[in-house]
Amino acid sequence: MKREPVRASTWAVLAGLAVLVVASFWSLNLQWSAFLGVDALASMGRFGMSFFPPQLAPAFLAKTGWALLETLAMSALGTALAVVGGLLLALPASGQGLGRATARMLLNLLRSVPELVWATQLLILAGLGPLPGTLALALHTSGVLGRLFAESFENAPAAGALALRQRGLGEGCVWLFATLPQTLPQLVSYTLYRWENNIRAASVMGVVGAGGLGQMLSYHLGLFQMAETCTVLAGMIALVGLVDALSWVARRSLTR
Amino acid sequence: MTDPALRDPALSRRWLALLIGLALLWPLLVLSEFKPWTLLDERGLRATGRYLAQFIHMRSDAEFLQMLALDTWRTVAIATAGLTLALVLAVPLSLLATARLSASTLEGRPGPARWLRRAVRALLVALRSIPELIWALVFVRVVGLGATAGVLAIAIAYGGMLGKVYAEILESADATPTQALLSAGATRWQALCFGALPSCLPELLSYTVYRWECAVRSSVVLGFVGAGGLGQQLDNASKMFAGNEVSAILLVFVLLVMASDAFSRWLRGRLA
Repeated sequence: MKREPVRASTWAVLAGLAVLVVASFWSLNLQWSAFLGVDALASMGRFGMSFFPPQLAPAFLAKTGWALLETLAMSALGTALAVVGGLLLALPASGQGLGRATARMLLNLLRSVPELVWATQLLILAGLGPLPGTLALALHTSGVLGRLFAESFENAPAAGALALRQRGLGEGCVWLFATLPQTLPQLVSYTLYRWENNIRAASVMGVVGAGGLGQMLSYHLGLFQMAETCTVLAGMIALVGLVDALSWVARRSLTR
Repeated sequence: MTDPALRDPALSRRWLALLIGLALLWPLLVLSEFKPWTLLDERGLRATGRYLAQFIHMRSDAEFLQMLALDTWRTVAIATAGLTLALVLAVPLSLLATARLSASTLEGRPGPARWLRRAVRALLVALRSIPELIWALVFVRVVGLGATAGVLAIAIAYGGMLGKVYAEILESADATPTQALLSAGATRWQALCFGALPSCLPELLSYTVYRWECAVRSSVVLGFVGAGGLGQQLDNASKMFAGNEVSAILLVFVLLVMASDAFSRWLRGRLA
């Protein structure tokens, strides 16, 4: 078997990547000694141990549970709003003409700004609390879902829509009774996938002050109350783990 | 709707579904303190208007632009360095976690090594299940403010993620070549290089490049907790209500995300 010679341009790409990596490490001036020395590792170990034992007072557990519910509510509501927003933008984005270009640009903009960046801006407008967090999730997710929805509408089989259109029904009716039912399973699976993502995103939203578990975490960590931080972290890991497990089970039962 | 031929046969069911949906929505609205009308009070609106009005006068003096360019590079560098360290963590762990490469699985009766595999897998899941922002928050406490905390956070969170996905990719590939090699007496390393890698390499590389793109996005966010880069500038500017700086940083950020998106798509296209 004759070996395919490696092209010169491939070497150029690899060399470019190597330069990028080396330049990154060189320019960042990392404090290796702060995390690789014996002292550093020992102090990191001490820091890790200071999290234990977790705070298990019933009142605090109830508070954590409440924040957990708040996180779930933020993610669910943010996703629900995003479905509405995504649909409203996906309709023009899957159409034609000027509306299509404008809607696509708006979707790209919404999508390329992460939830947390939206949250910092909304905090200025709405103040601390879960409201800016929910809206931030809704904005970013609208961009993501809108694009996926628009693609589904465009790829939907055209026969049903054509049949209704030939009977003289308006575009609204055609969409409602032909395109939507055909694409609904896909839209639902995209929405559930984003909801899963949003639960994770909602749990850290509070780090910038936008409600939920993250807000408790950054509050207690800021005050160096390690026992409380440990409980909140455990709640967060349990939530994310539970969502992962549920989605794994759901996916497996769907693909079988 | 008087024409019976035009009546929706599923109308009552649609209304029922809508009502149930609304009933489920109510507790969510209460829990997340969803009161959007608070956005509309007069004083808040005026402050918002003033803030947004500054967005148009984007700050663009040389000093500011220079700082912005430096921070953009730092953001990319944190992502790149973090991902490189993540690879150092992920590659050995994923090789340990892959049952496909183990000669003991050939007889259909996995040996004691499976406990090691399970332990490694659990470690990878644990690393991944804490979001990188939380890792950064913790590392900022340990190593202080700055890029080091961001690099470490990306290294650990992405190390777990990459390790888990690498193991999954290696497991899902066609088993025949590796099994043939192993039963012919090849070592684990030979089975990897000549059995699994030829078919898996494009997918492994393209996933890595995709994660680099994600790391660029998340390294901006890490700046919010003090890990340097564009995020930290954005945080400072937002806190000072400097709308003219915020709009410039946001613009640079969106351009950076689009550029890394395009670069990663180009690179993945070349790999495929």
